Amino acid sequence: MKLLTLTAVELGKKIKSGEVTVEEATKAALEAIKAKEDKVHSFVTIDEEGALNRAKEVQKLIDDGTLTGPLAGVPVAIKDNLCTKGIVTTCSSKILENFVPTYTAEAVINLEKAGAVIIGKTNMDEFAMGSTTETSAYGVTKNPWNTEHVPGGSSGGSCAAVAAEECFYALGSDTGGSIRQPSSFCGVTGIKPTYGTVSRYGLIAYGSSLDQIGPVAKDVTDCATILEIITSYDKKDSTSVQRDDTDFTSALVDDVKGMKIGIPRDYLGEGLDPEVKEAILAAAKALEEKGAIVEEFDLSLVEYAIPAYYVIAAAEASSNLARFDGVKYGYRTKEYEGLHNMYKKSRSEGFGAEVKRRIMLGSFVLSSGYYDAYYLKALRTKALIKQAFDKAFEKYDVILGPAAPTTAPKLGESLSDPLKMYLGDVYTVSVNLAGLPGISLPCGLDSKGLPIGLQIIGDCFKEKNIIRAAYAYEQTREYKHSPVAEN
Amino acid sequence: MANVISDETMEYVGILAKLELSDEEKEAAKKDMESMLDYIDKLNELDTSNVEPMSHVFPVHNVFREDVVENGDGGEDTLANAPERRDRAFVVPKTVDQ
Amino acid sequence: MSKEYETVIGLEVHVELATKTKIFCSCSTAFGSAPNTHTCPVCTGMPGSLPVLNKQVVEYAMAVGVATNCQINQYNKFDRKNYFYPDNPQNYQISQLYLPICHDGGIEIETAAGKKTIGIHEIHMEEDAGKLVHDDWDEVSLVDYNRSGVPLIEIVSEPDMRSAEEVIAYLEKLRMIIQYLGASDCKMQEGSMRADVNLSVREVGAKEFGTRTEMKNIGSLKAIARAIEAETARQIDLIESGEKVVQETRRWNDDQGYSYAMRSKEDAQDYRYFPEPDLVPIIISDEWLQQVKDNQPELQDEKLVRYEAEFGLPEYDAQILTATKKLADIFEATTELCKKPKKVSNWLMGETMRLLKEHDMDAEDIKFSPVNLAKIIELTEAGTINGSVAKEVFEKVFTEDIDPDKYVEEKGLKTVNDEGALRETIEQIIKDNPQSVEDYRNGKEKAIGFLVGQTMKAMKGKANPGMVNQILKELL
Repeated sequence: MKLLTLTAVELGKKIKSGEVTVEEATKAALEAIKAKEDKVHSFVTIDEEGALNRAKEVQKLIDDGTLTGPLAGVPVAIKDNLCTKGIVTTCSSKILENFVPTYTAEAVINLEKAGAVIIGKTNMDEFAMGSTTETSAYGVTKNPWNTEHVPGGSSGGSCAAVAAEECFYALGSDTGGSIRQPSSFCGVTGIKPTYGTVSRYGLIAYGSSLDQIGPVAKDVTDCATILEIITSYDKKDSTSVQRDDTDFTSALVDDVKGMKIGIPRDYLGEGLDPEVKEAILAAAKALEEKGAIVEEFDLSLVEYAIPAYYVIAAAEASSNLARFDGVKYGYRTKEYEGLHNMYKKSRSEGFGAEVKRRIMLGSFVLSSGYYDAYYLKALRTKALIKQAFDKAFEKYDVILGPAAPTTAPKLGESLSDPLKMYLGDVYTVSVNLAGLPGISLPCGLDSKGLPIGLQIIGDCFKEKNIIRAAYAYEQTREYKHSPVAEN
Repeated sequence: MANVISDETMEYVGILAKLELSDEEKEAAKKDMESMLDYIDKLNELDTSNVEPMSHVFPVHNVFREDVVENGDGGEDTLANAPERRDRAFVVPKTVDQ
Repeated sequence: MSKEYETVIGLEVHVELATKTKIFCSCSTAFGSAPNTHTCPVCTGMPGSLPVLNKQVVEYAMAVGVATNCQINQYNKFDRKNYFYPDNPQNYQISQLYLPICHDGGIEIETAAGKKTIGIHEIHMEEDAGKLVHDDWDEVSLVDYNRSGVPLIEIVSEPDMRSAEEVIAYLEKLRMIIQYLGASDCKMQEGSMRADVNLSVREVGAKEFGTRTEMKNIGSLKAIARAIEAETARQIDLIESGEKVVQETRRWNDDQGYSYAMRSKEDAQDYRYFPEPDLVPIIISDEWLQQVKDNQPELQDEKLVRYEAEFGLPEYDAQILTATKKLADIFEATTELCKKPKKVSNWLMGETMRLLKEHDMDAEDIKFSPVNLAKIIELTEAGTINGSVAKEVFEKVFTEDIDPDKYVEEKGLKTVNDEGALRETIEQIIKDNPQSVEDYRNGKEKAIGFLVGQTMKAMKGKANPGMVNQILKELL
């Protein structure tokens, strides 16, 4: 049996029934990684020994009835910006090349409590800054659908690992689309929850007001199940929101009768690849056929989301990344003269070009004389964008559109023109600015055989709406395995 | 209007951010920053004069801890990743006032 | 002809709050542990850690704001102040810039020239930095984050002070208020109260302020007075010689008696403040504010009135006893034990003050316990020891906080009440001092004092003075 073709929930059932042991599942994942890493390079760190020990431990807890959850014993890959006690955590940056956290991120603790087996840490754009996973200091991750193309980013390693079937599911993080866009490029499903739903404690921050952790998996059922487990109110995260509606799996219902779905006309205009557009409209049609009410509307302000996003994200990043200075942890340059030279050399050698670019931009927009014109202006724009969504959700249950304007570009094509790369985030960043939940799931392949992602956006705290719509749509098609997965 | 970033500004921002770019990197970063700022200037099209800046999306407030000591001796964990340590302290190049 | 100048001074006073835990994590704020003992991921800026606000910090800050007549910002929040320094583990300090918790208050000070109100511009909450220890031999500094994240309030005054005298009166008043609130012990020598002095000079009558300099972290009131004098002179010299005062931060070297500029190309002083995204706003409801107001402890003004009314103390006594919370606390605790407020007051105003001065100590440094002072008063009242022995015992209480009962017992200091023994001694004294006896008999009342003294000396100070007087008069 090819275990890795199973979804996480399917495997969980087989483990529970005794059909598959945790060790078998873990070994299968580790073998798959060995066989496929040369092609995709999804992982920065593989914890073979830790995973096998943990597998035995979890098996015991399942056997004695301590662990009964749906994902008990299922191996998982964790994005390398989530702290894992005792496992090196690099953010795919040289500056954290040997950083071993002394504590584990809250979301990962929640998974461990549910019986997860961590097999390794996945590659990403350095400090989650990028849309291609090419800015990693530890090599480029490739798209399992076509290894000459990027997997997207920044959670490119997590999405590629799931698509390549090197693991059963993964955690990613999403600051401006970093779960949804690579999910789209890799033909898998990923959810960015409402801000405050999953604790950020232990997530190495990029843009604190935008970051959220979320699941990446083969289907909507897996994602809803994982999200239900990682969601928690955490006293260690002041922005954590107390919710009592987090039984997300209850929304896995194939029924969208009467659901009001809006498609922003602004999402279908200039810049959108015609093949992507066609697939999105076909998906809308499929939902309409199931009884949903679908209409186009003007969301407005779409073109202002990217500039506002980049100001806010860069500003917060410039401050969040100040702590990497060669004093307490991470990389310290070998030769230096005095304190400030040590700071400058350590940081300049430790950070890659994209990270430095964003830190410079962020420091500039916050600097004396520019704060009002850039940072405050961006926060005001954010308020307007939130208002535009509030207005839309008075009318619609969910908003539907593409996750990205194109399918995955070729390796090396994006980094030469950063601005163009940033523009690719047009459909995802506003969701982070407004704190909304969003899901990306496969809705077809383009003529090059690359996956197209459908994005469904919900109002704050309405994950169930997007899960229901996504689940209903998912029932209209078959899951397609990537070529690397099939080999 | 096209933004022009001077060498002095690049130098100044480098001091703030503690980054020392090579001449080549500096030129590239300058160019990128100029084009980003040109793009960001698009925000000026929006009239935001009556809009309050929004830093938090949700009206969550008053999240507090009680004043109770819960942490014990964290010294070893704190120093576990130190690039350079002496006994129980981090070592840095001498900090001077001037 | 030389011009007349006036000094314009504003203070930024940092006060470490008396919380048990740090401002954003549950590490202890205790002093005196090995480096980095009281640390966790939050207060050492570990990647992925997040701050959570200590509620007690807000309550202390509000209490200080209320006691200094400030407006309370019922919607306030934190901002990040960005700068690189190794004592600041995140390389940003969480502080309040845009909406501080308190603003627009003031306190009244009293100087030789009379009463004056010093305005308080704002009070904000922030975190303290760690400690750097310099190793001159190795050209390195050692970083200890035990103090990193200890809560501070920064009290920013208006530029309302005109002399070192006013500055010291302001600091003393501020310290007294905060100590009364229990919000901090305000010990300058231990760094729990620190002041930055902003100073400029201008010609008398000028409307505009001159260019100011800032002198950071001066460690004592005396040093502040010296620094103000020196900086005033330095600025006047500059102006008189046609030079300009440069707006800059200076460090005062109290040992050498001069200040120097802390200038560096690497210190741009551009802090890039922005709202702290990891913390949510603080909303203080009317009820919460009222609660804090209702819970304010009795401050000096109220105590003063009460001491006069309840204990019948003269205003002068009440003033001195309430000038520091420590003294007032000792007064109240001792009075509670021995029920003799006037006696307690006398001990505190007399011997205690004398010994403080002699040892160059502040009232805060008093170590003796009220129980032991009460015991001395009781021993004296009961006639077990006499006044001069009591003073001797009190010195031991003051320096070592000994138990007076035991001490008197062990050293055999009890008053001799044995009439036979006294009579015998006095008869001998009369015999040995015929001149004094004659003087007394000739109407020189004072001569008896000498004879009493001689008797006490012979009895090694332990005689009951009342009995000595009585027997002497009888025999003469």
